[in-house]
Amino acid sequence: MSTAHDSHDGAVDTATGVSTTGHEWDGIRELNNPLPRWWLWVFYATIVWAFGYWVLYPAWPLISSHTTGLLGWNSRSAVAMQLQDLQALRAETSMRLTNASLEEIEKTPDLLSLARAEGRVAFADNCAPCHGAGGGGAKGFPNLNDDDWLWGGTLADIQQTITHGIRSGDDEGHQGNMTPFGGVLSKADISAAADYVLSLSGAGPADTPSAKKGAAVFAANCAVCHGADGKGKQELGSKNLTDGIWLYGGDKATIMQTITNGRGGVMPAWAGRLSPTTIKALTVYVHTLGGGQ
Amino acid sequence: MTAPAVKTKTPPAAASADDAPLYEARRQIYPQSVRGRLRTIKWIVLAVTLGIYYFLPFVRWNRGPGAPDQAVLIDFPARRFYFFFIEIWPQEFYYVAGLLILAALILFLMNAVAGRVWCGYLCPQTVWTDLFMAVERLIEGDRRQRMVEDAGPWTLDKFAHKLMKHSVWLLIAWWTGGAWVLYFADAPTLVHELATFQAPTVAYVAIFTLTFTTYSLAGHMREQVCTYMCPWPRIQAALTDEYALNVTYRYDRGEPRGSVKKAAAARAEGKPAGDCIDCHQCVNVCPTGVDIRQGLQLACIQCGLCIDACNNIMDKVDRPRGLIAYESEANLEARVAGKPPVRRIVRPRTILYTALIVFAGGLMLFTLANRANEGLNAIHDRNPLFVKLSDGSLRNAYTLRLINKDLAERGFILTATGVPGATLSVVGTEGGPEGEVVTVGPDQTREVRVLLTTKDRLAPGTSLPVTFQIRDQKSGATATAVDHFIGP
Ligand code: SF4
Ligand code: SF4
Repeated sequence: MSTAHDSHDGAVDTATGVSTTGHEWDGIRELNNPLPRWWLWVFYATIVWAFGYWVLYPAWPLISSHTTGLLGWNSRSAVAMQLQDLQALRAETSMRLTNASLEEIEKTPDLLSLARAEGRVAFADNCAPCHGAGGGGAKGFPNLNDDDWLWGGTLADIQQTITHGIRSGDDEGHQGNMTPFGGVLSKADISAAADYVLSLSGAGPADTPSAKKGAAVFAANCAVCHGADGKGKQELGSKNLTDGIWLYGGDKATIMQTITNGRGGVMPAWAGRLSPTTIKALTVYVHTLGGGQ
Repeated sequence: MTAPAVKTKTPPAAASADDAPLYEARRQIYPQSVRGRLRTIKWIVLAVTLGIYYFLPFVRWNRGPGAPDQAVLIDFPARRFYFFFIEIWPQEFYYVAGLLILAALILFLMNAVAGRVWCGYLCPQTVWTDLFMAVERLIEGDRRQRMVEDAGPWTLDKFAHKLMKHSVWLLIAWWTGGAWVLYFADAPTLVHELATFQAPTVAYVAIFTLTFTTYSLAGHMREQVCTYMCPWPRIQAALTDEYALNVTYRYDRGEPRGSVKKAAAARAEGKPAGDCIDCHQCVNVCPTGVDIRQGLQLACIQCGLCIDACNNIMDKVDRPRGLIAYESEANLEARVAGKPPVRRIVRPRTILYTALIVFAGGLMLFTLANRANEGLNAIHDRNPLFVKLSDGSLRNAYTLRLINKDLAERGFILTATGVPGATLSVVGTEGGPEGEVVTVGPDQTREVRVLLTTKDRLAPGTSLPVTFQIRDQKSGATATAVDHFIGP
């Protein structure tokens, strides 16, 4: 305790008659003035406060855990409680979405912005990993901003797809694959069919011998699903081959790969994982991304 | 620079560092009442500032239906700040920043002209302390009576006095906290809610906190706040210079001190005699317990009460007023040296501060007067940047935010220019004959999703600047936002 005073040089400031602490900066010495009493009281009060805090709240680390405090408070349960409050608050506004039809929501400005706000968050949490943050899609994952909808782009179609998924194992989900023709058609036929498909979308010439041969292959094997004109059939989820929009890629090698091995991407069913109201909000959000068709 | 103020000598017992007490009890100060010009100014400032503070929330201002009719209101839930005819939106917070800058500059200017006028006249700590002291004086009497009573034994009278004083203090403190919360909600409604215990908890907590701080700071801590807690005395010392007017004891006139008689005798003999009669009035009236005759010091808040006190004495002893006065260091030195007086209010730093104040204030007024009541922001979709539609046309999507600061609903016609052959559609609305019309409610913003589609073939790698414009259907006022149209 005496160390602080050991440095004390016994000097007294002549102007004030107060002794100095012995600390000196640039010839200025510190007076050893006492602290104001209230200041000390506040200081002691903070020390007392600390003891109270240690007893009441989680404070001290132990070897494998920590002291829990008499109040039993912890930040996890506090967050859980706040979340509950928030959900209760949200439930009220969500009720309006629950009660309105999809078309109503889209026509009422404040419901629309509510649905879009809720949908945007649900999309970011659940859909963005596959479809991208803005629904831009990726190879094998449809772009939700364009007007090309394999299973239909109306509000009802989108709701159905989100709820039950595609090849998801859900009985009401969309079924149907692109059949692999690898063992059925010869390589040459597949190549010819690919040339014909390219010509359908305007990406290749239609009058080459290969494309002409491909037309016959197409009529025999592909027209069943994709239609004689190649425009696809929504009830089968078969792709429109004439619009230049490709899910897996529109170059010849990729098209041949598709014909040879088939395709069958999976979209999970979200019923049960998301509440019907959230699915509604998501439907509206996705529909307003590009308008659908 | 060399001669240290501290000389080493054998310390007297009381001054030994080892004997120094750990804490110092506060020296109770009993400021005496005083009359005079500066005291009157202080009373007026007190009445005006406290009057504004306590009653401003009750001033009404008609903003039309649906908008709050309180003249000054900080509306946190709606994120609006109302100040008479001005309404500040969150994104216009720079006005508040501007006000703070302006306040700092004005403080600097005040300081350059007349030292700590802020401390002595306008600081809330000074104003409320003054009020609390007035209450104290009214109930317990002036300096001498208070000293006698405090030193004496507890009597019924003393108890009654103390009880009364603290009750009135607490009442004022409580009203101070109460007035504070009224700035954050409709005042009459909140008063009613408070009285019926239906106000939000935060209101009660705020009132309690401010009651406590007002009571302890103005009632008990007083000058200690200025001397120990407030940073401004330290800062202002760096902002002042030798031309600033400060409350100053003119030692050249006052010294040597002595009684009226002694001074008269000395003068008769032709010996030097000062005007100060060492009556201690200047010390007795000082709210911080300072002896101004020791020179400018940190604890002096420059309230000027010692000037009034000393002037009264000078009148009585028939000497000219102004032994203590607002005086600059430069002038004092000039007078001591027998040179002509120095008065320099206009000097580089005051010119600079004034210019900055005029500039900042003018800029704010200008932008405030010319700010638009409508606004438009555009954000381009990033994923995807563009989409190709099945018929080969190209589409970009944007999120537009329309701002309507009018207190009435408005319809805006939305157009986009810059992209050849482009059609614009707003998700969720059906375009009318005039094009896409978006209505925005009074004093609100609305976010809409906008699709811009063109059938024209664009060159590869295209990025065209596109200008969105909204035009008020009625007034024709416009706002624009610029973004880009991106192609493959
Ligand atoms: S009030 Fe004036 S005369 Fe009296 S002590 Fe102070 S300076 Fe001297
Ligand atoms: S010394 Fe004078 S000016 Fe300074 S605080 Fe005291 S009374 Fe006020």
